[in-house]
Amino acid sequence: MSNEAILHGSEVSTHEAHHDGHGEHHHHETFISKYVFSMDHKMIAKQFLITGIIWAILGGLMSVLFRLQLGFPDATFPWLENILGHWAKGGKIQPEFYYALVTMHGTVLVFFVLTAGLSGTFANFLIPLQIGARDMASPFMNMLSYWFFFMSSVVMVSSLFIQTGPASGGWTSYPPLSALGDASLGSKTGMDLWLISMALFVVSSLLGGLNYISTILNMRTKGMSMTRLPLTIWALFFTAVLGVLSFPVLLSGFILLLFDRHAGTSFYLSDIFLASTQKALPNEGGSAILYQHLFWFLGHPEVYIILLPAMGMVSEVMSTNARKPIFGYMAMVGSIFAITILAFLVWAHHMFVTGLNPFLGSFFVLLTLLIAVPSAIKVFNWLTTLWRGNIRFTPAMLFAIGFVSLFISGGLTGIWLGNSSLDIHLHDTYFVIAHFHIVMGVASFFGMFCGVYHWFPKMYGRYLNNTMGYIHFWITIVGAYLIFWPMHYEGLAGMPRRYLDYSGWASFNQFGGLNHFISIVSMIVFAVQLLFVFNFFYSIFKGRRVKTENPWGSNTLEWTTPIHPGHGNWVGEIPEVHRWAYDYGKDGREFISQTEPISANESEHH
Amino acid sequence: MAQAVPAVQKWWNGGKSPFNVEYGKIMMWYFLMSDAFTFGAFLISYGTIRFATNSWPDPNHVFNSFPGLGAGYPLLFVSLMTFILIISSVTMVLAVQAGQDMDRKRVAKYLVFTILGGLAFLSCQAWEWTHLYGEGAWWGHNPFPNHNGSVATTNFSNFFFTITGFHGFHVFSGVIINIIMLIMTLQGKFDQRGHYLMIEKAGLYWHFVDLVWVFVFTCFYLI
Repeated sequence: MSNEAILHGSEVSTHEAHHDGHGEHHHHETFISKYVFSMDHKMIAKQFLITGIIWAILGGLMSVLFRLQLGFPDATFPWLENILGHWAKGGKIQPEFYYALVTMHGTVLVFFVLTAGLSGTFANFLIPLQIGARDMASPFMNMLSYWFFFMSSVVMVSSLFIQTGPASGGWTSYPPLSALGDASLGSKTGMDLWLISMALFVVSSLLGGLNYISTILNMRTKGMSMTRLPLTIWALFFTAVLGVLSFPVLLSGFILLLFDRHAGTSFYLSDIFLASTQKALPNEGGSAILYQHLFWFLGHPEVYIILLPAMGMVSEVMSTNARKPIFGYMAMVGSIFAITILAFLVWAHHMFVTGLNPFLGSFFVLLTLLIAVPSAIKVFNWLTTLWRGNIRFTPAMLFAIGFVSLFISGGLTGIWLGNSSLDIHLHDTYFVIAHFHIVMGVASFFGMFCGVYHWFPKMYGRYLNNTMGYIHFWITIVGAYLIFWPMHYEGLAGMPRRYLDYSGWASFNQFGGLNHFISIVSMIVFAVQLLFVFNFFYSIFKGRRVKTENPWGSNTLEWTTPIHPGHGNWVGEIPEVHRWAYDYGKDGREFISQTEPISANESEHH
Repeated sequence: MAQAVPAVQKWWNGGKSPFNVEYGKIMMWYFLMSDAFTFGAFLISYGTIRFATNSWPDPNHVFNSFPGLGAGYPLLFVSLMTFILIISSVTMVLAVQAGQDMDRKRVAKYLVFTILGGLAFLSCQAWEWTHLYGEGAWWGHNPFPNHNGSVATTNFSNFFFTITGFHGFHVFSGVIINIIMLIMTLQGKFDQRGHYLMIEKAGLYWHFVDLVWVFVFTCFYLI
């Protein structure tokens, strides 16, 4: 929909007249324009989702490989050498490759799956459908956003196949390790490819984010005031704001790092003696801590870029399936806003042990602990939404409830870690691993699954298989707790992360059995994710068909479109909105669509 | 009264742009915010490193040459560069103004001036870089001593070339954008559309690049 039509509501251009006459596009569409270089936000969303799924399989597989090493440090697996070559000489994962695996696992899941795969998918899919727009503000930029992500993916995948291996300095890529090619194998070409890939990723995220923001602000249908927006849209809006304002700082950090690597500069380097070459480097005057500041200025908001879309979708799915209005809508919006602001003010809590001034640290402790307030507001609102609800336990709803459980469990350990004095002990231990995997990793995955199960019928006109969905849910949630709960104990005992083999340390020997157990569970959970992938692709073609426009009895606008919406979403006029998205169980009616006008004798309305 | 209230509230009620602007301008504003963070990160990095270093080269000694006149004119050349860039902002304003009047010829005229200003700035920068390179300054090399006479780290050059280079790249992109705008103007594209909004968006970008220069100028030449 051209924006002129929105600006000058009455002057309908000829293009719009065509829309209103026929509703949907009837362009001649080739395979290329429909499935490859598509400018339809729904197709772009599916492209993001499927690319994300492929990345998730790869990233998950990496974790299975390194869990194999951690759980069975003494065993050898000859078949590993067959597939990995010299990276697994004699059937044992080599230390360099182990680091590459954990680095790529982190990078892939944080950026490619939970950023692009999650908000790329659902921002593209839901924003135009839920605000009542024909497409994004700029469909062309939207297409570019996907293809930049695709290029970024290609570069990252190609780094897996080079002689010296992919980047291996951790997903944070701290210099000096990442700045000096001689420091490790992964700091050679792999690191350059990593940086190029991430730069392309930043471009993709910027193009997407600008589009999401301007679409939400400018393209809402008549009657869709900001306070009538579903919470998904609010969450995606602030996610985009976070991305647009924090990724550029990361880009600056990467540019400086590239110069340090190739132009002989000393932004991050000073006083270095390299053991591998027995040389003292001439670099002087730089600061490795500077990179950490630049990195975490993105790195922390990134956590919320991952988490907020999950929160938004959970709110929406929970209200729909509890058949109750979301509790505290404005408080939900306010807490998302508060989280967005605080996200920019807490980055140094990742740096308590870098020699940061403890006085400065205390401010970051305070600001970090403040995040508990909006988070708790959200949790209580979700619980209150469930309270005395008429709950339908669809797989999407189960994942939504699972999200809340994980968010509580993982969030509480955040209060521990946010205290700088405790962090001195817990920093870089398995306690941190447990914390962020539960609260950010698994919880956001649950939000994503919740979204996929809920909106799959809208995406493909078919349902996902419920039985497989239930198996997927129960094994994943039980498995997630079995994997990450024990890691808290390991971390409290001081067990550091990123070690290849713990059996050489008397203090960590006691955890051999536990590591063994964690590894086995992680493999089972990974297998169940493959079941989901099967369910996903099987159901696209063979799933049960959706027979009605509104299968979940939901209020939001996407369910007023045809079962298979064309490019343009609505046949005929875009519906007008008369109420908020959460009129469930009102005046004895199960649900009232947003498009229904307020009737004369209706009770108090929003 | 009852009629006046909804007229005020309507802006955010959907069906129209709450700021009464088309989406491209919102995108441009958000992009500029994003870009401001990129430059902000660079300049803050520069600030922290410089603050953590005991002494730093004196810009009055480093930047004291003028083409044809030789050394001994501290900051004269960069003042000229800054003046050129600010004048190009003025001509950009005039182009936007002409666009609002739907005056194609005047838009083209002032766009040409703006492009020339941008090119002049880039040429100045090229001269300055070449001159500094001739003196031995480059990424990883810094011939200039500190204020207190001690040997400086290379970070003076490192930051100077990285940040002015990044800014120069922005000016270069701006010139390209303005050339595209000029071509579209001469083709009459904006007259067909009935508005010169694209010129306004290019103008926003151009002013932003000028504004950033003020900060870069201050940080590298004045302080």
